[in-house]
Amino acid sequence: MNKTPNPKAWLFVIPVVVLVAFNALIPLMTVVNYSVQETFGDNVFFWEGMKWFEEVLRSERFHESFLRQIAFTGMILVIEIPLGIAIALAMPRKGPWVSVCLVLMALPLLIPWNVVGAMWNIFALPDIGLLGRMINGLGIDYNFTQQPVSAWSTTVLMDVWHWTSLVVLLSYAGLSAIPDAYYQAAKIDGANAWAVFRFIQLPKMKRVLTIAILLRFMDSFMIYTEPFVLTGGGPGNTTTFLSIDLVKIALGQFDLGPAAAMSLIYFLIVLLVSWIFYTLMMRGEEN
Amino acid sequence: MIDLSWMAWTWPTAAFFVFIFLCLSAMAVWERYDPGGSPRRGVLGLDTTRGDRLFISLLGSAFIFLAYLGFFGTPLWIPLGISIVYGFAVFKWV
Repeated sequence: MNKTPNPKAWLFVIPVVVLVAFNALIPLMTVVNYSVQETFGDNVFFWEGMKWFEEVLRSERFHESFLRQIAFTGMILVIEIPLGIAIALAMPRKGPWVSVCLVLMALPLLIPWNVVGAMWNIFALPDIGLLGRMINGLGIDYNFTQQPVSAWSTTVLMDVWHWTSLVVLLSYAGLSAIPDAYYQAAKIDGANAWAVFRFIQLPKMKRVLTIAILLRFMDSFMIYTEPFVLTGGGPGNTTTFLSIDLVKIALGQFDLGPAAAMSLIYFLIVLLVSWIFYTLMMRGEEN
Repeated sequence: MIDLSWMAWTWPTAAFFVFIFLCLSAMAVWERYDPGGSPRRGVLGLDTTRGDRLFISLLGSAFIFLAYLGFFGTPLWIPLGISIVYGFAVFKWV
């Protein structure tokens, strides 16, 4: 099909350009402006140059929250991706149970983030929460408000509960798109379940899995609400991830300059990793 | 006149955005005279167009500046020089 060049098409792009300018570009420009200045409010600013960037890049606090963030994102990816694939493989492909399973899987995704945090907070409380009481009843000393290990495991468990469904649904969509002929061919060749998974299902799911990893990476790397409601970043600073730390600096301490510099560094890291994933995804598609 | 004082503009940051805007405009003009984005597969094995190469240059330069700031601090003439060389290298080989 031949395309007809028509410059008027640009007119249709203008609304989205205006929208993006207002909700992304102008705030981003403002953050850049803030990152090189100091303010005490009342729209009065003092030039500071690159001071905040140097301060953030060299601060122990930033390094620690960055490492915590990497550890958290790494952990949830290592758990959620294989678990999501396993659940998708176990789900029925035909029959009345398909709808039931899909609705059950979609439920956690429909719950607002702050509600998930509040729910898990109550659920895991060591004295009155069902989970907390149960773990303590088993003789394990568990208190997520005081012990870093308990706080971490609860935060990871909460994220796994909330977001594994996304991986399941994407993997399931990938599995459903495999034609029956592939399975028939594998059966004729006498392939076992592992061989079917390794040479048919996994390669066919590659594209959706890349999307799942990319989405889960970006989401978990920018996670704020759930751990904030669950632990508030504590005990101490043990679950203070990058975005929680950023909000503490920007709104808790009202240090807008350092917070702006940190936001830009944070943004660049997310942009870089997303670009790497996107490039790998495109490369995978070509192959 | 719209009051933009809340955006806290400074001359250096304005110059930075003007530079980005000029880069994008130059890319548009370049595309007009040489359409198609000159896609190719460079040394990294990536299929890139001119726009991709600009993106890689700018993103890479940002990290060159951040790394220099983190390790050595200001002034930033050295990372500026490295970034320009890096940008040329990306446009030539990537």
